[in-house]
Amino acid sequence: MAKKPAARKAPAKRAVSKTAATNTASAQPAAPSEDPDFILHSLQEEFEAAKSFNASDEQMLEFYRQMLLIRRFEEKAGQLYGLGLIGGFCHLYIGQEAVAIGLQSALDNDKDSVITGYRDHGHMLAYGIDPKVIMAELTGREAGISKGKGGSMHMFSTEHKFYGGHGIVGAQVALGGGLALAHQYNEDGGLCLAYFGDGAANQGQVYETFNMAALWNLPIVFVVEDNQYAMGTSSTRSSAETRFHRRGTAFRIPGIDVDGMNVLEVRAAAEVAFKHVREGKGPVLMELNTYRYRGHSMSDPAKYRTRDEVQEQRENFDPIERLKKTLVEAGHDEADLKVIDKDIRKVVTEAADFAESSPEPEPSELYTEVLVEKY
Amino acid sequence: MAIELKMPALSPTMEEGTLAKWLKAEGDTIEPGDIIAEIETDKATMEFEAIDDGVLTKILVAEGTENVAVGAVIAEMSGEGEEASAPAETPAPTPAPTPAPVAAAPVVAADPSIPAGTSFTSTQVREALRDAMAEEMRADRRVFVMGEEVAEYQGAYKVTQGLLDEFGPKRVIDTPITEYGFAGIGSGAAMGGLKPIVEFMTFNFAMQAIDHIVNSAAKTNYMSGGQMRCPIVFRGPNGAASRVGAQHSQNYGPWYASVPGLIVIAPYDAADAKGLMKAAIRSDDPVVFLENELVYGRSFDVPDMEDYVLPIGKARIMREGADVTIVSYSIGVGMALEAAETLAAEGIDAEVIDLRTLRPLDKGAVLDSLKKTNRLVVAEEGWPTCSIASEIISVCMEEGFDDLDAPVMRVCNEDVPLPYAANLEKLALIDPPRIVEAVKKVCYV
Repeated sequence: MAKKPAARKAPAKRAVSKTAATNTASAQPAAPSEDPDFILHSLQEEFEAAKSFNASDEQMLEFYRQMLLIRRFEEKAGQLYGLGLIGGFCHLYIGQEAVAIGLQSALDNDKDSVITGYRDHGHMLAYGIDPKVIMAELTGREAGISKGKGGSMHMFSTEHKFYGGHGIVGAQVALGGGLALAHQYNEDGGLCLAYFGDGAANQGQVYETFNMAALWNLPIVFVVEDNQYAMGTSSTRSSAETRFHRRGTAFRIPGIDVDGMNVLEVRAAAEVAFKHVREGKGPVLMELNTYRYRGHSMSDPAKYRTRDEVQEQRENFDPIERLKKTLVEAGHDEADLKVIDKDIRKVVTEAADFAESSPEPEPSELYTEVLVEKY
Repeated sequence: MAIELKMPALSPTMEEGTLAKWLKAEGDTIEPGDIIAEIETDKATMEFEAIDDGVLTKILVAEGTENVAVGAVIAEMSGEGEEASAPAETPAPTPAPTPAPVAAAPVVAADPSIPAGTSFTSTQVREALRDAMAEEMRADRRVFVMGEEVAEYQGAYKVTQGLLDEFGPKRVIDTPITEYGFAGIGSGAAMGGLKPIVEFMTFNFAMQAIDHIVNSAAKTNYMSGGQMRCPIVFRGPNGAASRVGAQHSQNYGPWYASVPGLIVIAPYDAADAKGLMKAAIRSDDPVVFLENELVYGRSFDVPDMEDYVLPIGKARIMREGADVTIVSYSIGVGMALEAAETLAAEGIDAEVIDLRTLRPLDKGAVLDSLKKTNRLVVAEEGWPTCSIASEIISVCMEEGFDDLDAPVMRVCNEDVPLPYAANLEKLALIDPPRIVEAVKKVCYV
């Protein structure tokens, strides 16, 4: 597990409680509060029973390739930021790659929607969105996916049912509830995957949304990407309950606790969670324990944790290295894997070149798209 | 001694009601807690409960009587242990005259979109809003309503009355009391392709949700380079109601009107409420639709047209005049019209303009009128600082300076939180005499 040595999670964490709800008054499947079969940890048990996704060789290579693309893309973005080509806030996803790749690989891309916060580059890349238009958005160019008007935190691709890219911490959770409502309303069979961080998990609207999602049985998977720090405040210093998957208990939302540094485990958990939601059983709350190697944003003083802590995570829990090890054990040649890395570096370099050479938006773009219609 | 039973005030804004039903007859013994009568207000049917022991000696207002003023004696009781005296010979009081809803002054400039010969039906503003929502819900299955008490309760102010029956719980959704959350869910649903109408019980509570209105709904289209839209209507009563104190009495028009990416509409009469609500629902942009609780119950003529939709962003000349222009919106329009009548009696011919839309502002209509009258007053039920009035004054300075024969004046509420005490509340809010006074100042009379 990608956990700090600090005993932030009690040993009893894995002890699965079977306390079933005692309310059996009503035989009708009426209000969620009257469901007699609610067992908070039922999904955890199912997940524990088959904890590692049985990926094909091809799937594993694809996970590897995608995670590496995020890693290299973000490293390049960090460089471009240092060169002054990217401005403002820029939040890198390095270390957390397994989360977006593991989860999004389990989506039905024709139906399901995704929404996240401001640390969104990885989720877009996980969707297969062209790295060029993402990088060009980071550099604020006309060819950027938001025409250079959104920036790092505000990117969208309705074509891919990727709904942002939201800069207000926690706002995407309520908005995700709305996307789920639209799936339900349209009876399109889709679900919404709504990501948020351990910091956002303390916002009030998250719980307002939990309540309505459970009450209305919305098809939504809430994902807490617990990278251990809300900016510079560790979750132990900000959260009374750091086992975030338990935070749905008050709303009868079952939780799953997942090692977010292991892409096969993430994918296995996604299978369990998505199945539950697709069967019409209402929302699920997933806790993905992960780690951010870089600062919160580019202007992070890095005073709140030691180098050793970061180093320990990189050495022992890196999601890409772990998958690489699995691939080598499965008979892949390290040299072949290097070729993948080389190809990806090329893609990223091309994206960076494109982003640097693409022109800035026309001044007239200042006034476009304020409103859709003319009045 | 006889106890007088008086018509109760059952809501903050109730001025009169209908005595729907007597549940006790003359001669019946009454105990505290007995339900004596059913009274219908503009919001709901309520039970009138006895608080004294005694015998109901005389019913003074017959069942079914409408427009019974609050405070009118509706029956008499003898107190406990008293002889039920012979029914007094008091004549049954005629129902108090309705506190005249500000007479909708003759609309000089009829809306050009209404064909000649169109008939009209007198309709309450709340009904017009409901009709607009129902018509659009019939026409477009993506349109739905959500908010507190919009479904089973039939609307806290009865604006959504009947919608649940027609459209069912999937499209008329009662939410928990959780404004931030459901404003976000509504905005997300709009991003996902639906057309939500989010009702705030009042806009005071939308303060909890303003982040989604401003950050999520208003900016999405721009931030996404036109890729992602948020076609949503946030609606509900705005501005001062009646004696509900500082936290429930505020005009958010200027707040929302300062946000690019939002459409802000604040209609006055029923026809505009209907035509603009339909336009708001159809718009692909996020709309803040500001209603007014004190106007909900007023009746105005609404054209009998199958599809009455008004353009957003167009002001309306409510009364033509030559000497001075009074610009207003929402409830202020009624006061401006009343002031104009007073002024007419004194020989000042005022033009009254209803802005109807606060963003985008119909600057042209204001400037055209200024060009004609050369004098202008803004009447706004809201605080003066950084107000719509400030904005109008700025427009007149920047683009109409040469047409001005006098400084533009604003008549706004006092710059204080709204007090509860009746006299203080009255002092704090704008009224027609203050508008008259300001007009006289700019006319130098």
